[in-house]
Amino acid sequence: MADKLKLEMVTPYKRVLSEEVDEITAPGFVGELGLLPGHTPLLTTLKVGELTYKKGSETYHIAVNWGYLEVENETVTVLVDTAEPADEIDLARAQAALGRAEDALKTLSHEDKKYMIMESALQRAMIRIQVAGKGH
Amino acid sequence: MASLKDIKKRISSVKNTQQITKAMKMVAAAKLRRAQDAAVSARPYAEKLHAVMSSLAQREEGDEHALLNQRGTGRALVVLMTADRGLCGGFNANVSKEAERFIRSNEQGFDDIDLMIIGRKGRDFLRNRVGQHITKVHEDITSDATYKTAQLIGQEIVETYSEEKYDAVYVIYNAFKSAIEQIVTTERVLPIQANPGEEIEGDSVDYIYEPNRNEVLGQLLPKLVEVQIFRGLLESNASEQGARMSSMDSASRNAAEMIGKLTLQYNRARQAAITKELMEIISGAESIK
Repeated sequence: MADKLKLEMVTPYKRVLSEEVDEITAPGFVGELGLLPGHTPLLTTLKVGELTYKKGSETYHIAVNWGYLEVENETVTVLVDTAEPADEIDLARAQAALGRAEDALKTLSHEDKKYMIMESALQRAMIRIQVAGKGH
Repeated sequence: MASLKDIKKRISSVKNTQQITKAMKMVAAAKLRRAQDAAVSARPYAEKLHAVMSSLAQREEGDEHALLNQRGTGRALVVLMTADRGLCGGFNANVSKEAERFIRSNEQGFDDIDLMIIGRKGRDFLRNRVGQHITKVHEDITSDATYKTAQLIGQEIVETYSEEKYDAVYVIYNAFKSAIEQIVTTERVLPIQANPGEEIEGDSVDYIYEPNRNEVLGQLLPKLVEVQIFRGLLESNASEQGARMSSMDSASRNAAEMIGKLTLQYNRARQAAITKELMEIISGAESIK
């Protein structure tokens, strides 16, 4: 059994990652998901959240936004709408987005159609800030 | 014979045109590069998604999903991708003609066919031909197609399909082959054909699906539509720039040829005038001897 996982991450715009890694933690639909080499085949949807992978002693953090994760034959394929590594996140912009979303949520009622949209915007902004804070 | 002044005027006008076509060619070439890069870098995502899809389809368990069901031939939607701007050779006409042909040859097959057009030129072309079929026109989105726009169009399509407003959805676009070659392509988007793909080697361990198989499938299928639209937009954009580049290139070459011809004509006329003047002077000198 191989002792490494191959991590492939793609977005509609480009291939973000294609690396051999030791361990992956992903925000699965039903909960946080830890993946090690030798994992059984799995297909899951991902939530907005933070994906972490370990390579040697280094740990990397990536903010991901809605997608899929497939495990098969020691290969982990991640399909996401957006993926931002910690060092690519514009913290100021994320904070501005957070502020905007918070303000909008205060004025909206729960039934409003926009409420859901702003709530997910808020979530994304929070994840981004969280990931950016960790650097790597 | 045209006077010297007239010829000179024509030469300078052709020169001006040539300058414009040359500039447009350069711009198209630069844009083509970008569009091509975008189309190429979007490929892995589409491929992976199809791979996931076909590995899902392999573990068939009698899927019942609205987007997979063949509902027969009721109403169809055709999504046509054209450009907002012209001056790109046969780019818009080819794809629009294909759409017209598609509608005419399938009029019997379906109860009704609606046409959604992306790009101003397709609308202009088809308005007087199959205008009654056109239900929606999207403008100003082809030049920088983001995934977001594709997503919106994809969602719109999936929604109308799920409401059973349509029973089949097709896209017609120019697939990018090379800078000088575009292939008009017609693809069925919905219902989705789940082709099992090639067999995967090794033991066929059952997949774990989270949260469950139907949920995963339900979220994956609309994604597939969006990706197909997105790819279509990118390919169409790259094709447009390629078509514009090659048509502007031949326009510049034609202009150069024309300038050559006109210059020759101009020089002949000039020489003729000089000869005439000389003869007049000589004969004048002769007469006063």
